[in-house]
Amino acid sequence: MARAVLLTLTAVMFMPTAAFAAEGGGHVSPSVYEFMVFVIAVFVGYYVVWSVTPALHTPLMSVTNAISSVIVVGALLAVGVSLTTSDSAVAKIFGFLALTMASVNIFGGFLVTNRMLSMYKKKDAPAKKDG
Amino acid sequence: MSANVAALFYLAAGVLFILALRGLSSPATSRRGNVFGMVGMTIAILTTLGLAAPTATSWILILLGLGIGGFIGAKTAREIPMTMMPELIAAFHSLVGLAAVFVAASALYAPSAFGILADPANPALGIKGGSLFEMALGVAIGAITFTGSVIAFAKLSGRMSGKPILLPMRHAINAALGLLLIFVIYSFIQSAGSAWLFWLIVFLSLLIGVLIIIPIGGADMPVVISMLNSYSGWAAAGIGFTLGNIALIITGALVGSSGAILSYIMCKGMNRQFLSVIAGGFGGETAGAAAGGGEQKPVKLGSAEDAAYVLGNAGKVIIVPGYGMAVAQAQHALREMADALKKKGVEVKYAIHPVAGRMPGHMNVLLAEANVPYDEVFELEDINSEFSQADAVYVIGANDVVNPAAEEDKNSPIYGMPVLQVWKAGTVFFNKRSLASGYAGIDNPVFYRDNTVMVLGDAKKMTEEIVKALAH
Repeated sequence: MARAVLLTLTAVMFMPTAAFAAEGGGHVSPSVYEFMVFVIAVFVGYYVVWSVTPALHTPLMSVTNAISSVIVVGALLAVGVSLTTSDSAVAKIFGFLALTMASVNIFGGFLVTNRMLSMYKKKDAPAKKDG
Repeated sequence: MSANVAALFYLAAGVLFILALRGLSSPATSRRGNVFGMVGMTIAILTTLGLAAPTATSWILILLGLGIGGFIGAKTAREIPMTMMPELIAAFHSLVGLAAVFVAASALYAPSAFGILADPANPALGIKGGSLFEMALGVAIGAITFTGSVIAFAKLSGRMSGKPILLPMRHAINAALGLLLIFVIYSFIQSAGSAWLFWLIVFLSLLIGVLIIIPIGGADMPVVISMLNSYSGWAAAGIGFTLGNIALIITGALVGSSGAILSYIMCKGMNRQFLSVIAGGFGGETAGAAAGGGEQKPVKLGSAEDAAYVLGNAGKVIIVPGYGMAVAQAQHALREMADALKKKGVEVKYAIHPVAGRMPGHMNVLLAEANVPYDEVFELEDINSEFSQADAVYVIGANDVVNPAAEEDKNSPIYGMPVLQVWKAGTVFFNKRSLASGYAGIDNPVFYRDNTVMVLGDAKKMTEEIVKALAH
């Protein structure tokens, strides 16, 4: 279980994030909830990834690449900012660049994963050709 | 769309991403898992569009960005040869890192759009301290991921030598840069979001990314690429906290732990400490011909015909592929050889070492590409006991992962690394280009054993010649 402890430590690295945002008062701030989700997701990731068969470690890397491009949600918000100041124009440009990069990853990541996975077949089963 | 409904949709996207990884527990369920991932991504994008309600001009930009990026991504995914997969993964990592930097920059320049102002009524007060901290973490890790991946890409694609580049006092330099980075992040938060301090963080992190990857040698690339995978996840999580987006936080956590676990598995496969890999300096591109000087030990040399004769008359053959097979693109010829052997009634299995190749699972993908059924391919723990029952072994493009010194020679640098015990088989046919040592630069005693026959030559050509000889 040493590994789980290590992971917890990694997660705790992000603890100051939550502490910063907790501004006293009687209620729990959204940042603390987000931090809880994060810690639980680290553990879910830990158990799910250990169950991945070593034969599929390359597709695992390409699919994690694809899903981390969900950062596109930030890019979409940035592209959508209304142009009021020169700063918002800068934000829009960066948003557009981020959107384009994330899109390369989303399409490239999922499609290349699918292409790889379609090659894995059992004995005597005909190979599925990808289009 | 209300923020609460949106949050639930984001949660759904996160759960679908978990299912996407869960599907990879077996090849049979993996493609369905990939579909879950795509659905999750679609939900996340549509939710954001519903939430942001972009104007007409924004829509044009969004479709343009999705179109350009999507076209490049799809084209690459379709055309990239399987042997170039490690480079592609490194390139993808660099894009995630850079996208994280750019999203953070957007948030810095338009904080109101991201809801991170300390006081929305008074923008002059700047951005919330917590958001600045999250943003700084995300951007620093993102920038390190970007340049680190670019260097890894250059090394993997041969645009840069795989030899470690060791700067004098590199640990001191890195430590100093790290401390400076922490100080600048602190000042950035104190300044309530100064743009020049933000770009200083970016600059320092880009520099650190280069410096931490250049000292790491070619043989350690599987660890590096897994580590960068992990970093790209933590960067995404940092941005997720800045935006308060659950889908991004869950994904960041998943990807971060996935990369961390892969790094751990790769380090264990080499019996190396993660920190010593990061410290670098191990394993050059070609460590020079070890056979040059020193004592001349006799080796037995064989021809393709010799190999074909013994392999063809064996009851059971185990094939051990390595990075050399990938370089020579010999996987298809290898499968033809296995087919020819099976036709003669020989039982054929493949044995894969966890660090064979340049990234986790590299060999498995190449064999799958050549139509080798995955139930003939075995991992080290599952097949190591079978070598003693095998009549013959064909080692193609592997070296260090079959080196008995790892078990027998306490002074060997790779002592303690788990290896495939090929020497226990009846006869070992060892295909190599020359008698040079492997990436780790260590002599391999298997070459000189009585039951080893060296078949020197290009992996693909040699295997094709064996196929030809088997047909006779």
